Amino acid sequence: MGEFKVNKTYAEINEKIKSGKAVVVTAEEIIGIVKENGPVEAAAQVDVVTTGTFAPMCSSGAFLNIGQSTPSVRTTKTWFNDVPAYSGVAAVDSFLGATEVSINDPLNKIHPGEFNYGGAHVLQDLVSGKKVEVRAESYGTDCYPNRKIEKTMTLADMPQAIMCNPRNGYQNYNCAINRTDKTKYTYMGTLKPNMANANYCSAGQLSPLFNDPYLKTIGIGTRIFLGGTQGYVSWSGTQHKSDVQRGLNGVPLTPAGTLFVMGNLKEMSPEWLVAQSIRGYGVSLSMGLGIPIPILNEEMAKFTAVADEDLFTQVVDYGHDYPQAISKSYGQISYAELKSGTIMIQGQEIPTVPLSSMIKARKIAMLLKESIKNGSFLLGEPQHIF
Amino acid sequence: MYSKILILHFPPAVAQKAVVCYLTKKYDLLFNILGAKVSNSKDGYMVLEICGTRDNYKKGVRYLKNQGVRVSSAEQEIWRDTSKCTHCGACTAVCPTQALYVKRPEMEVIYDKDKCTVCELCIVTCPTRAMGLYSSKNTEDMLQ
Repeated sequence: MGEFKVNKTYAEINEKIKSGKAVVVTAEEIIGIVKENGPVEAAAQVDVVTTGTFAPMCSSGAFLNIGQSTPSVRTTKTWFNDVPAYSGVAAVDSFLGATEVSINDPLNKIHPGEFNYGGAHVLQDLVSGKKVEVRAESYGTDCYPNRKIEKTMTLADMPQAIMCNPRNGYQNYNCAINRTDKTKYTYMGTLKPNMANANYCSAGQLSPLFNDPYLKTIGIGTRIFLGGTQGYVSWSGTQHKSDVQRGLNGVPLTPAGTLFVMGNLKEMSPEWLVAQSIRGYGVSLSMGLGIPIPILNEEMAKFTAVADEDLFTQVVDYGHDYPQAISKSYGQISYAELKSGTIMIQGQEIPTVPLSSMIKARKIAMLLKESIKNGSFLLGEPQHIF
Repeated sequence: MYSKILILHFPPAVAQKAVVCYLTKKYDLLFNILGAKVSNSKDGYMVLEICGTRDNYKKGVRYLKNQGVRVSSAEQEIWRDTSKCTHCGACTAVCPTQALYVKRPEMEVIYDKDKCTVCELCIVTCPTRAMGLYSSKNTEDMLQ
C-alpha cells in the first residue's frame, strides 16, 4: 500500500457489491473510461471489470461419481455412451476427459476424421439433462464383488459431478498459418495451403488473463464464471508460464499463463459448455469462462484498459514448424489487426479466421457484470498467487 | 442486374455437349463456374453463378432444362441451425465464396445463403455441427 493513490480491498469491494453500490463495467467498457479519465480517476470510479472468453479448451473434463450398485462394485473401467473414462481412482469415481473419443470412432483412419462424439459431447448431453448409458467393469474383490454394471443415468442421478479443467483460459495463443502446399487439419482449425488463411483463438481485449497480465488478482480461490455457474480457480494450470517475453504494458507476447479451474457440473448450462468436433484433430470442449478483476488500485485500472491494438501474438507455421517443434515466428501482430479480417505476412495479405467466439465472450462479460451488480456474485479473494 | 447460384446436373448424354456457353451466346448471361466435376458414371455436375436481366435469366434456365439439364437452386440446401452456432468463425476458413463471413466489429458469423454453392465444406468443419444439408422440402419443414 502507499504506492498507489487509490487503494481498495476485496472486503471493501464485496461490501459495495452486497449493498448494490459496486460500479461494474466490462473489459471493453473500461478501455474508454481509462482513456478519457486516466487510470487514477477510473480506479476511483470503477470497482470491478468483467472479462469473458468462449473457445475450445481441450484440457477439460469432470469427475463423475455414478453411485453404488447392489452388489457393490469397484469400477476399474467405465464408459459413458461408449466413451471411456479414467477409473484408476476410488470405487464408482471416474474422470471423463473432454477429448476422449467414442470407442468405435474411426479416428483419422479416413483422414481427415470427423470425430462426431466424445467426452465433451457426453458432458454437453449431461448438462442438457439427457440420459447417458453408463457401463462399468471390475475384476471383483471380496468387498466389491460385482464385475459388471450397466445403467442409464442423468446428471441429476449422479451423487457428484465436478468439472475439473487442468488447463483453461490460456493467456494469449499463437496465430496459425500453413506454409506447406497441402491443407492441414489442426486443433487451430483447417489451414489451407500457402498461407491462405490465418487462424487465431483469443477474445483479445475481453480475455481474462490479458486484463491481469501478471495475475495479481487471480489465484487460488478466485471466484469465476464457469460454464454458466460460479466456479473457482483451484490452481495455476498445466503449462502455466509467467517467465515470458512481454510488451511494455506487461502483456505476454506468446502463450503464457493458464488456469486450473473447477465448478459444479450439475449447475452448468449447455449454452456455456459446448462440444466441438474439430476435423482431422479430435474432440474438444468450448468452455464459457469469465473472471471479474477487482480494481484495487490504478495499476489494475491500467491493466484492464488494454485494447486489441495493445495485445500481440506470434504467427506460427502449423504446416511444418509446429509439428516439428520448431519455434519460429513469421511476425508479431496485434489482435486489432487479426480482428480486422486480414493480416500481412511476408508481403502476402492473409484472411484471418477467429476460433474464439467474441459474441459469447461479450455475453459472459455482460452476465458477470449483471450478477455482480445485483449482488449475486461476490469476489473470491485469492488465497495464493501464482 | 439479377444474380443467382444454381446447381446443374448433366445426365451422361448431355454432359458431352456444349451447353452452358449458350447462356452467354444466346441470352446475354454472365456465368461464373464455382464448382464442376464429372462422376465415374459420366454424369456432370456444375455450380454456376449466373448474372443478367431477370428475363434473360428465366429464358436461360428454361433453355438448360430443355437441353435435359436438371437445374436446382443452391440456396435452399445448406441450413444453419442457429441454436447450435456459437459464432466461433471456424467455418469462414473453408467457405470458398464467403457465404459464411464475419461481420465486424461485432464478430458475428453471418450466413448469406445467396452466396452458398453447396460445397458442403462447412458441414464437416463446423465444430458444433450447426451446418446441415437439407432438401428444399426439409428446409420448408424446418422453417415452419
